[in-house]
Amino acid sequence: MTVFGAGGGTSSYREIEDADLIIFWGSNAREAHPIFFHHALKAIHKGAKVYSVDPRRSKTSEWANAWLGLDVGTDVALAYGVGREIIHAGLVNKDFVANATIGFEEYVAACEPWTLEVTSRETGVPAELIRALAHDYAKAERAQLCWTLGITEHHNGTDNVRALCNLALLTGQVGRWGAGLVPVRGQNNVQGGGDMGAIPANLPGFHDVGNPEHRAKFERMWGVTLPSKYGLTLSEMMEAMDEGHLTNVYIVGENPVQSDADSSAVTRRLENLDHLVVQDIFLTKTAALADVVLPATAMWCESEGTFTNSERRIQLVRKALEPPGDAKDDIEIIRLIAERLGHAWPIQTAEQVWDELRALSPAHHGMSYRLLKERGGLQWPFPDEDGPESPFLHARLWEKDPEKRGRPAPFGIVEHKLPVDKLNDEFPLRLTTGRRLTDYNTGVQTAGFNSPIRFGGCVDLSPEDLARLGIDEGEVVRVTSRRGSVLAPARRDPGLRPGLLFMACNFPDEVDVNSLTIEANDPIAKTAEFKATAVKVEKITKGQTKEKRVADTTDHGGRDGELATADQEG
Amino acid sequence: MNAPYMAPADTPVRQVTITIDGEEVSVPEGSTILTACNEAGKDTPTLCYGDTLTPKNACRVCMVELKGSRVLVPSCSRKVQPGMEVMTDTERVRHSRRLVLELLGSSVDLSTTPRIPEWMERYNADPDRYGERAGESLRRDVHDPGEHHAGNGSIAATMAQPDKIDNDLYVREYDKCILCYKCVDACGPQWQNSFAIQIAGRGFDAQISTEFAVELPDSACVFCGNCVEVCPTGALSFKTEYDMRAAGTWDESQQTTTTTVCTYCGVGCNLELHVQDNKIVKVTSPHDHSVSHGNLCIKGRFGYAHVQSREKDGSS
Repeated sequence: MTVFGAGGGTSSYREIEDADLIIFWGSNAREAHPIFFHHALKAIHKGAKVYSVDPRRSKTSEWANAWLGLDVGTDVALAYGVGREIIHAGLVNKDFVANATIGFEEYVAACEPWTLEVTSRETGVPAELIRALAHDYAKAERAQLCWTLGITEHHNGTDNVRALCNLALLTGQVGRWGAGLVPVRGQNNVQGGGDMGAIPANLPGFHDVGNPEHRAKFERMWGVTLPSKYGLTLSEMMEAMDEGHLTNVYIVGENPVQSDADSSAVTRRLENLDHLVVQDIFLTKTAALADVVLPATAMWCESEGTFTNSERRIQLVRKALEPPGDAKDDIEIIRLIAERLGHAWPIQTAEQVWDELRALSPAHHGMSYRLLKERGGLQWPFPDEDGPESPFLHARLWEKDPEKRGRPAPFGIVEHKLPVDKLNDEFPLRLTTGRRLTDYNTGVQTAGFNSPIRFGGCVDLSPEDLARLGIDEGEVVRVTSRRGSVLAPARRDPGLRPGLLFMACNFPDEVDVNSLTIEANDPIAKTAEFKATAVKVEKITKGQTKEKRVADTTDHGGRDGELATADQEG
Repeated sequence: MNAPYMAPADTPVRQVTITIDGEEVSVPEGSTILTACNEAGKDTPTLCYGDTLTPKNACRVCMVELKGSRVLVPSCSRKVQPGMEVMTDTERVRHSRRLVLELLGSSVDLSTTPRIPEWMERYNADPDRYGERAGESLRRDVHDPGEHHAGNGSIAATMAQPDKIDNDLYVREYDKCILCYKCVDACGPQWQNSFAIQIAGRGFDAQISTEFAVELPDSACVFCGNCVEVCPTGALSFKTEYDMRAAGTWDESQQTTTTTVCTYCGVGCNLELHVQDNKIVKVTSPHDHSVSHGNLCIKGRFGYAHVQSREKDGSS
């Protein structure tokens, strides 16, 4: 988060139990993060008010006092409308804005065109609901603003996040117990992957690859000279493959053939490489394209290490099972590859690797394995073994002394931009994607158990659209975007508004949703716009039903967490 | 990076001293008598008590005698007050516990309830004295209100009924159910808030049921297994355990339990993997962990099969 200078959820789960207002904005936590939602339920039973901002009336919306069903991709507009209402109603936290922020005047100017009427017209949300959310958020003693991929999986995902951060700055709903900004992470170790440097611009422990002082720390520790150039993000790698100057790729634990937007383009790129190595626990569709496959252990139960969760809590992962066949621990595989490359790295346990990280990352310095075990995990920053934990971040912004308060948090001036994949007469419907309760990502892991409440790959339509198109529930229909076309059974979802379709991403072997989605990437986080695809839906004529619903490749696909896409979640 | 954490003002915790069987014991204000008994090393039988749930006072097996109280009090819910004099092994307490164990033992299958043989022996409980047990009833969850007729006393009425196996994840054996309400509370407002199950029927006809006794996949159940997590008798059990018990291969002495972190979303729930013969046979969740408090979702609870379905060649 460039606003505050450290990327992580600002609050703890425990705090949401004490909140008196909770906004789920682009987050269906009830289904996607059920145990996080348990904490929210504690607050709901104590009387907390809940708003759900989501194009779908989701399971989370069912728990909300009000549902703001906005049109897909109008989050920035809605946030401006909320901001303007807070300003015009005189509900700005003036002291906080004056002491802890910069850029307020520009923000006020940027808000100005977004009257309730204009915002309502642009977003599809009734003006009185926008007004109610604005007033309740500004007046709440402790408000939690939670979001997930509904905010980040857009071509302007970073702008969306900044638009939400602006609201917290405007009202001082951050840096206090119970008041915070909470990006709930989609994958088990998205937070940890980013913290450990699995971001092209970062070295482990929030160090900048471009900063010579930061590099020097690592160079001293490792006795090497590190390149000063930033690496490529996943989508930049895709571009580099297209341009032909990325010719060798080593993929660890990811199934981009099925998880990435515009899957046929991804397959073509990987097929054209000189050399592809895939390290995974399954022979995924991606691994099937590889020259070399390195069988790995399942990191959550066949090897040791740590994960970091959405409240910045580092927790120990332990080995419970002996891995099958020749599968090796990721640490060992990397060591053996280093050995083949002529570097005799020592054999290290996960704890030794962790201690090396502690020596380099002040935020993790105090977290010995002993303490992680005793305390059931610790939240960063935790620089000192005797020191206090940090349930919430950015308390400094409330300090009276400017010295202690430090760098003010800047308002972000962002522009409302509609999704790249435009609706028109040919593609008049808006398709959005997501996850269902029993299923996960490309389904590699969740397909392993027989869920009684799984209904598989399908396309959800509003009752109005079903009637208008003359489609029966269960009828197989053709869904076509500018990039591809799939067949899927129709499912009725009264939570959808007319014109909005939903498909789960979890069944690529049945219905390859990502052959429809667009690879329009956020310019900063490089996350693809999975959430907004323009499509048309057609009834199919007889004889067409036998056509395959998926491409020819067989087998299972993917592994624990698509980290490279995931680390961009915001 | 940020200022030091300022803890919310915790209310100061006072110690309260009571006597248990004549010995003084001090516990934090707000603790229950049960906590004090545990502190004092008094082994107290409990069934409906759950460390993550509000006391329900349903089973009455933890009753103790409290000086000045006309009736016995449930230790799992009564809060300590300074100067309380508690007795845990008087004839009244022993008689009460014996009767509870006998009534449960005569009507319910307690074969998978931990520690039952030990308690039966300690309190000289003899469930057989109520006579031969009635056979299996196929109509326990389908009878109409008021349909129940009292027996003639020659046989002991029981909860016996067929096992409910209607999905691949968990099984309901209501002949093992003591109606402690823990599953109802875990499914309802205390944790999961799915409200898929409730008590249906009254008196001896009461039993845990889905709405209109529909099968689980047709109910509001989301298969989180948080009810199984709290069930004290094995009336709710994971299908893996149920099948292994039926096959005679379930052997807890051969199992290891390893705490790790769930592989799915970014919430970071802790899992306890119960492993037998290098296979995960059951997943529980630590009750004292701040993230999940013993709860999981369907993926964390049941989504482990993929790791043990891999063949040597790496395919699945």
